[in-house]
Formats: sequence, C-alpha cells, structure tokens
Amino acid sequence: MAATSVTTDMFAYEFMNNAFAAASIAAAVSGIVGYFLVMRGQTFAGHALSHIGFAGATGAGLIGLAPLWGLLGFTLVAGVVMGALSERISNRDIAIGIVLSLALGFGLLFLHYYTSFATQATALLFGNVLAVDVRTIATLAVLGLITLVALTIIMRPLIFVSLQPELAEAKGVPLRFVSIVFLAIVALAVSECAQIVGVLLVFTLMVGPPATAQRLTTGLWSGLFCSALVALGEAWLGLTLAFYTDWPVSFCIALLSGLAYFASLSTLARRPHAPVLDHRHG
Amino acid sequence: MTAVVELDHATIKLGGRSILADASLTIQAGEFIGVLGPNGAGKTTLMRVILGLLSPSAGSLRVFGRTPQRGNTDIGYLPQVRTVLPDLRVRGVDFIGSSLHGECWGLPSLSRHDRSMIEETLEAVGARELGHRPLSEMSGGERQRLLLAQAVLGQPKLLLLDEPLISLDARHQEIVIDLVHKVCRERGITVLFSAHELNQLLGTLDRVLYLGNGQAVLGTVEEVITAPVLSRLYGTDIQVLRAKGHIFVMSRGRDIEVTDHQHDHSHGGHERHH
Repeated sequence: MAATSVTTDMFAYEFMNNAFAAASIAAAVSGIVGYFLVMRGQTFAGHALSHIGFAGATGAGLIGLAPLWGLLGFTLVAGVVMGALSERISNRDIAIGIVLSLALGFGLLFLHYYTSFATQATALLFGNVLAVDVRTIATLAVLGLITLVALTIIMRPLIFVSLQPELAEAKGVPLRFVSIVFLAIVALAVSECAQIVGVLLVFTLMVGPPATAQRLTTGLWSGLFCSALVALGEAWLGLTLAFYTDWPVSFCIALLSGLAYFASLSTLARRPHAPVLDHRHG
Repeated sequence: MTAVVELDHATIKLGGRSILADASLTIQAGEFIGVLGPNGAGKTTLMRVILGLLSPSAGSLRVFGRTPQRGNTDIGYLPQVRTVLPDLRVRGVDFIGSSLHGECWGLPSLSRHDRSMIEETLEAVGARELGHRPLSEMSGGERQRLLLAQAVLGQPKLLLLDEPLISLDARHQEIVIDLVHKVCRERGITVLFSAHELNQLLGTLDRVLYLGNGQAVLGTVEEVITAPVLSRLYGTDIQVLRAKGHIFVMSRGRDIEVTDHQHDHSHGGHERHH
C-alpha cells in the first residue's frame, strides 16, 4: 500500500490510476442518483439496498460468482420490489430497518459457510478501491452508463412525482412504474458505489454530496451538477489523502463527505438571506 | 351557459362505502362553487372522480361533456394531501415548473414560453418573489400561494381546490379566497373550492355543493343552508342561525364547523336551549 511508496507521485502507480478511474465513475453516478434519492427523502431505502447487496455479494461468493454480480442482482431485485410496494414500504423506517438488519444477518451467515471468503468481508463492507483492476473499471463504466441513460429517460416525471405525487397522479404519470425504475437505478448506483467505499459507507458518496449541494444551491440543474462535482472532489481528495497518510480510502472519503456537509450547513447559517444564483433551465 | 360538470344519477363508492348515491346535478361554466360537508363526506373523492382517478360505479359523471380522463389539461388541481418534504430546498419556479409537461419522458426542460407563463402566473397571484426562494423556507401561506399559482398554470377552465385554506391563519385564508376569486373571474374559470367553513366564502361563492350522508345538494346558500336540508345531509337534527351576515350551523348546541377563527364573535346567542 501507499506506506511503502518510493516515489511521492501517486500517479506513478497503476493501482492509483485504476483507483482514480473507478472512483470517478462511481462518484459521478452516486452524486447524480443520490441527488434524487435525497430529493425523494428515500435515503434510508438506499442504505437498505446496500445492506441487501452485502447478502447478495457474500451469497455470490458461496456459489462461486464474483461478488459484484451478487451485489447487483440482490439490490436490483430488492429495488424493484421496494418500488412496487412503494408507499407501503420504501418510506417506512421500521420495515426498512428490519429488512436491512435481516439482510446483513444473511450476509453474515453466507460468510460463515464460505470461510475462505471471509478475508473479503472487510473489502465488501468498507470498500477496497486500491485493488480495482481494469476489467472492473470497464464493468463500472458500462453500469454507470446504463444508470445515467435510464435516469435521463425518467428524469422529468421522476422530478414531478417526487415533488408533487398527488398532482402527478392526476396528470396521468404512472407513479408505481417511475418508483420501480428509480429504485432499480438506485440499486445500480449502490452497486457501483459499494465497489469504492463499501456497503456500509455508500452514504458518503450517495447522500453526503447531494445533501451538501442542496445547501449550496436551490436550482435543479445547479444542484445536480454541484452534487456530482462534490462527490468527484471528495473521491479524488480522499484518494490523495489516503495515499499520503496511509489511512483507509473509505475513511478519507467519509471524513471529507462529513466535513463538506457540515461546512455547507455553517455557510448557510452565516448567510441566511444569501442571494440565490440563477442557474436557468437548459 | 354551458355545463362543466354533470352528474347523472351518479353513484360513487370508495372502499365499499357509498359516497354519493344516485346524485344528479350540473355545475355551469364560470361558477364559483363552495364544496362543503362533514369530514369523510366525499369532497376529495368527488374531485378525484372529476380528475378521472376514480369512476362512478353507476350513472355517469361528465366533465366538459366527456367522460373524465386522467391528465386533462383543462383542469387545474390543488390536492389536499400536499407532501412537502421538510428539507426540500428546491426553489419555487422549479417546483412549479416540474408540473409543466411533467408527464413527458426525458430530461426536464422548459421553453421560453413555459418560463414566461410561470412568471406571469406567479405575478398574477402576487408570488413573484417566491419563485427564487426554496420551498423549505416558505411559510404555510406562501407555499399555498405558490401551489395556487401552479393550479392556475396552463390556463385551466376548471379549478379543483381541495381544502386550500387548511392550516392557514384567518388573514391568509382571506388572501387566498380573494386571490382565487380575482384570478378566476378574470379568466372565467369554473371553481370547486372545498372548505370546512362556510362563512368566509359567503361573499365569494355563487352556489354551494353540500355533501353528506351519501347525498349531494347544489344550490344557492339560501336554498341549501337550511335546517331541513342540512338535517338530511348530516343525518341529525341541525339548526341554522343567521346573525350579522354570518351563518351558524348548529347541532346539539354546538357549531359544527371549525370555530377556531371566530373567537372575536360572540357565541353566547348560539346555544340551543332545551
């Protein structure tokens, strides 16, 4: 790892280049998808998806598949089910909390039966971006593209449904369909994000940056871009910080994510009537 | 006069319970109708049928002469259950703008025409400055004004306002009523305005649609707000008292409407004596 480095140029190392590429893809996708997660007040549902993904990843290990596919499969199915049950479950803290801990418990059970896989547990829970290879980067890029294209297609009704569900229903927007597709998108984003920071820390890239962005700007487009930029900045700075301090990457990103959010809160407190930048719709 | 909403022997059921049984009535173009009735009488349900979200189980309900269909752009709607997330830091224009072509797929974008329409509508309800403020920083009255702007956006011919006065103080209630009245008179919009309280609407409404006990009565205040009609709708003995331009609907000595905003009126004379 970084402590044994003989040169201080982090880009001299292939693993750092790979880490930057993977983190960039995951951060951009997380920041953008997370913006809508925060707007919809479904952050806890996103968190639950990542825990369900943990069960999927360890389960995949049991049957000899790559953890990413188990993670992806489980989160996708769970996302679709949550979306279909929509109002009844995806916004209910208790139901989500129980599903979340149940999933984590199953993850532990799968680990228990596949002991050689146990070394991977930390990587799954807290991420291991420094071990990412080129093939994983390619997979992340393809998944990221699918995620963003799907989001682009449903973005307009998604915003309408998120802000004004009753009115959207009256105007003929298929609420349940939008909800299902969105949580499937979140499932993809969670799978991406978990590759970088681990299932326990997906909030650092999926909730921290959009929450910070919402404090800094109130426009839709400016908020979206700001969220993606903050996520990218935190990922890059986090990797850099980890390289020079030898702290875990996920810790560094989590730290920056938290600091950015609290800093944005205090900015707002100091300027309660700050003029709002006018970023027009395109 | 042309009919905007026509019920012809319509029966509306919700979860097996009859909200309306065999009701027939016609609302004419340009009318300001106050929709009243006890909680659960079906004010919201009636609006949902007009919007095409529910269908009558018998008889027919026609809007602009046609069977209601979801997504009718001639209808403006201000729903009662307004889910506003407490942390929603989205500015007013984006909030309103989301409803314009919100049913289309793709990326959100507003044309120059859409944007000027939003500006005009905000101006019309005196909410121009709200466009650039985040929702989370608006008061209840300001938010309601914004929602009203949204409801009249896109030149609707029929406006369904479901309890727009709820959670507003007396002053803001008056402002909202005046605003609806002004905008709708100017644009010739037919209004269904549901409320808990009749008195504030007295000077504004043309006719009252009173719901209760599976029945609906449409008529002028003088025709509808009477002891026999209301006793039938509430299924209990109702008295109607008129004093100083106010109407008090009483049941067993108590005002059945929300009386929170009438503290300055004397209630001494309203007791029913046995």
